[in-house]
This record gives sequence, structure tokens and C-alpha cells, in this order.
Amino acid sequence: MTPDDRASFQRGIRLGVPFGAVGFVISLSYGVLATEAGFTPVQAIAVAAFVFAGSAQFASLSIVATGGAIPAALAAATLMNSRFLAMGIALAPSLPGGRAQRGAQGQAIVDSSWALASRDDGTFNRWQMFGTTVPQYVAWLAGTVVGAFTGDLIGDPERFGLDALFPVFFLSILLAELKRPGARLTAVVGVVIALALVPLTPPGIPILAASTAALLGLVLPGPTTEPAP
Amino acid sequence: MNLSTSEVWLLIGGLVLTTALVKGVGPVFVGGRELPAPFLRVVALAAPPLLAALVVTSVLADGRHLGVGADTVGVAVGGVLLVCRVPLVVAGAAAVLVTAALRAFV
Repeated sequence: MTPDDRASFQRGIRLGVPFGAVGFVISLSYGVLATEAGFTPVQAIAVAAFVFAGSAQFASLSIVATGGAIPAALAAATLMNSRFLAMGIALAPSLPGGRAQRGAQGQAIVDSSWALASRDDGTFNRWQMFGTTVPQYVAWLAGTVVGAFTGDLIGDPERFGLDALFPVFFLSILLAELKRPGARLTAVVGVVIALALVPLTPPGIPILAASTAALLGLVLPGPTTEPAP
Repeated sequence: MNLSTSEVWLLIGGLVLTTALVKGVGPVFVGGRELPAPFLRVVALAAPPLLAALVVTSVLADGRHLGVGADTVGVAVGGVLLVCRVPLVVAGAAAVLVTAALRAFV
């Protein structure tokens, strides 16, 4: 790790702390809902520790909690996760090392870390991304531990409005991204695509399809071909 | 839930495997080479539509139905606060409070 890498990693950790704080409460509500649905506390915690993907966790849980089967839950989770496929492809050229090493580094992708590490020239600051993921992982795990063991006391997290946190979390990442040239237009097009598809496709597909709005990058003028300073 | 404890473990194993695959496929197969400028321009614009779609679907979609609820109002309040440069933790707390208050009193 060079001194620059170290500085990036430390900046990433600082950037990740507020996301971690909010993530703590979101994952706490996951712990409550999962144990309420019939997961053991250890199972809920294992999901947080080894899956660590909020939208996929909630999508799969809501399916099995309402009587759905494992394949349906896995399909929904994979659809919600499919955006990570696009993110991984985008990130790939910025990762050094062989295939196994790159695949391992890709596991650090979470929405906020990936988005904040993205530079205007299409490359990524990988050490910053790793740093931003660290506090979020710790907080995510801690939140589920608390939720899984105190679910009986808390009751229904929706009663406390905790479901409003998830969108606000993503909105804050989006607002930081909108400063990029062309970002507003692609965001609006993405919203239109997503809302148009909601009634027609299973959950998750509208989000993946919205990413095609980025193809506007082929026609929009922009400074994005110049390397960032 | 219709799943037994061992079936839940099966589900968890599946989630771990599929998530790792989805995150790893791009870095494993695309990495290690220079990519053309148009690709990078598209990549630089990938996050805003993904994030915007994630926000609107989590606020407005319930399965295949579109509609508004207490959380829509709460998230809108949180969003306005974020635009006014209020820190995320405060904006999130406001969104939660507004949503909970609407559910309790309206």
C-alpha cells in the first residue's frame, strides 16, 4: 500500500461512517424481521455477515416470510443484486492482479462505496472503495446482531417508520452523484424506465433496466475522456 | 414462513453464493485490460440511473403496484433536507419520524 493508497483508504473510512450509522438501523430492522419470520438469530446474523447486500436480503426475506419458496427468493435476490454485475464490470479495469484476486476485490462492492470511488474518467479509486465498505460492514453486522436478539421487544419496524431509511440512504448517494456531467439526465431517464416497468416485470428488473440510461454516455458531450487530476 | 430451519440454511447458502458470483463476475472476466473511451463514458454515468431507480421503486412500488404511503412523505422530507445539505444521519432520522408520525396519527 503506497502513502496515496493509505490516504485513500482512510478517506474512504471517513466517508463510510455516516452510511454505516444509517445502515446499522436498516440492518437492525432486517434482524427483527428475519427472526419474526422464523429465522434463528444465528441465521439472521449469518445473512448479514456473508450476504451483506441490503436490497437482496429484504427482497428474499419478504418472499419467504409470505410463504414463498427458496427458488423464488433466490431469483428475487439475484435480480436486486444484478446491479452489482454492472458495477463489477465498470470497476474491473481499475482492479490489479489475477482473476482470483480481482474477484475477491469485487466482493467489497456496495452501492455507496462503489459510487463514491467512481471518478469522472470512468476509473475507480479502489482503496477508497475498500475503506468506505469497512465501517458499513461492521455496522451492518452489529445492527443485525442487535435486531436479531431484541426483535421481541421492538415489534414491527414499519411502525417506527424504519422502512423510510433505506430510500433516504440511497438518495444521499444519488445526490452526491448528480454533480457529474450528464448525471441528472440519466437519472431522470432511469426513473422513467423503472416506473414504466414496475407494473410489467418482477421487482429488481426495473432497477437493472434503468441502468441502460447510462448508454446516453455514448452521445452526451462531456469531459469524461480526460483523466481526473 | 413455510421453511424449516435447515431449509433456511439452504436459502442462506444460495444467497451467499449468488451474491458473490454477481459481484465477482465482472472483475474476473472483464479486468486486466484497457477499455475503450466510450465504455468508460457509459460507466461514469451508470450510478445515477441505478440509484434513482432504486429510490423511486423502494418508495413507490409495492410488488407490481405503484402507490404512495406514509414512507413516501417521510422520504420526501428526508430528501429535501439532504438537498439543503443536512447530514445523512439527521435527514434519515427526520424521514423515520415523519413516517412513524403519519402511521400513528393519520
